Amino acid sequence: MTAIASPVRTGSLRRTGADWMGLAFHGVLLLSLLVSLLILLTLIVDVVGRGAPVLAERGLDFLTSPTSSRPAQAGVAQGIFGTLMMAALVALLAFPIGILTAIYLEEYASDSRLTRLINVNIRNLAGVPSVVYGLLGLAIFVIALRDVTGGRSMIAGGITLAILVLPIVIITSAEAIRSVPRSLREAGYGVGASRWEVTRLLVLPSAAPGILTGTVLSLSRALGETAPLILAGAVLGGFSTGSKDIVEQIFGRYTVLPVTIFDWARRPQADFRELTAAAIVVLLVVTLLANAIAIYLRNRYEGAR
Amino acid sequence: MTMTQPPPSLPPPSSRPPMAVPIRVDAAASRAGGGDGEAPAPKPAVELRDVSVYYGSFRAVRNVTFDAPANAITALIGPSGSGKSTLLRAINRMNDLIPGARTEGEVLYHGQNLYAPDVDPVEVRRRIGMVFQKPNPFPKSIYDNVAFGPRINGFKGNLDELVEQSLRRAVLWDEVKDKLRQSGLALSGGQQQRLCIARAIAVEPEIILMDEPASALDPRSTLQIEELMAELRARYTIVIVTHNMQQAARASDYTVFLNMGEDRAGYIVERARTIDIFTNPKSQLTEDYVSGRFG
Repeated sequence: MTAIASPVRTGSLRRTGADWMGLAFHGVLLLSLLVSLLILLTLIVDVVGRGAPVLAERGLDFLTSPTSSRPAQAGVAQGIFGTLMMAALVALLAFPIGILTAIYLEEYASDSRLTRLINVNIRNLAGVPSVVYGLLGLAIFVIALRDVTGGRSMIAGGITLAILVLPIVIITSAEAIRSVPRSLREAGYGVGASRWEVTRLLVLPSAAPGILTGTVLSLSRALGETAPLILAGAVLGGFSTGSKDIVEQIFGRYTVLPVTIFDWARRPQADFRELTAAAIVVLLVVTLLANAIAIYLRNRYEGAR
Repeated sequence: MTMTQPPPSLPPPSSRPPMAVPIRVDAAASRAGGGDGEAPAPKPAVELRDVSVYYGSFRAVRNVTFDAPANAITALIGPSGSGKSTLLRAINRMNDLIPGARTEGEVLYHGQNLYAPDVDPVEVRRRIGMVFQKPNPFPKSIYDNVAFGPRINGFKGNLDELVEQSLRRAVLWDEVKDKLRQSGLALSGGQQQRLCIARAIAVEPEIILMDEPASALDPRSTLQIEELMAELRARYTIVIVTHNMQQAARASDYTVFLNMGEDRAGYIVERARTIDIFTNPKSQLTEDYVSGRFG
């Protein structure tokens, strides 16, 4: 017989020795996971441990009181309101512009040198430190346009945050649109659909879950930003909102939860440390809630298809 | 039939064919009754005149001229790289969607050049439908897959009836009639491809282009698709690209044999009735190809 010898023709099928390298790699992977989990857990236990007594003792009062220099009366009402309003302004300003830009870049723009240049620069913008956007907001929306925005106002801060997350919204939306297979577009064109119909009826529904994920991530980022809003007019310390009218409030003084946390954290009184922890818990809950709503929406959307 | 035609905006309107069914049924009947003999030259549904397709500076297809006769199946065969798919996609201006693609020459549809500047490619694709190599149903229900084309084309009649009729013609109705609301993606590969054919039929095209429609399917589904094509021929003109020579021999009336030239552009070697291509080819190249000696 001249058959080519198989390398594993003979010998037993029993395991001969342990795969040490494989086991070691497995261990390293597990360790990495445990380290990140441990850090997160420490953070949460520490913050909740210090903040919970305040929340338990003050209860609803803590959530409904304005900021104050007296720890016993200080609350996060203005911070919660400001943060929720920021979320609304970002969703209203950055999401439509960002998603429409992404659609244009992916579906309509020709693949020219200019388009590529724009794409690269949007990526660069996403990497610009947020404090730089704060300076931009200060220079343009707080100072130059103060007659329109009312100076250090909620709308000035909201526009600043919207510009901050715009590149992220564009990039994630464009990636979601790009991941829609070409065969789906061709199927639409094949039955006589126009570009507008293919985009609206086929591409966007398929890309929607991805777009939603990206926009929510950018919203979470916006809700956690501190530095740009300190520059763009958020109030450190106590202030009175004055009016109950929502339009006047949008053009009036404001603060957000992260800025409140920053403000309290640097105060000398020991009582403010517990308040800071409690405010962090509130911010975590608000952010997690925003994420939960988005995940719920995404699942419902995917289920509907 | 309750189908209303989309407004004839493909100019000039008078040249648009009467899409009345009887004419096509008659044509099919006459052909079935001895049309395989020496008949007068059949009426072409689409005529390619000196068509060349470029991708950027690369010429993929060079100076192709042939007719696809009405109510017949024309197969495009040839080795990989001979430009079969490119040529097929030139017929309904699908290549327009590829950046940098450019078509020269004329594609005549009822005497009108589809590449004339005032022709709307969207209108072209409503009359010349397409079935793709990989089944690509929309991620929608079976019903919505079929109803998609009529809906965007402003169909005013009874949509339920049209969906049923299209699915029946695609020989899929009996398998899906109880689950029209289920996703089209839940069907088997062969069923998905027949769903795609039903989707193409639902907009009442005159010509259906098929780009290797059975190459991703198992032999049983392949046979079903071929039987389906034979039935559709009575009503539609079909142009099919296939890698499978047996399929071309079994299922088509006319065969166009393409080859890749020295310049890597596809060109026509021979075009004739299928029976002649396979039994009595004029060119040695054709004979070598159909007998499996190259390609």
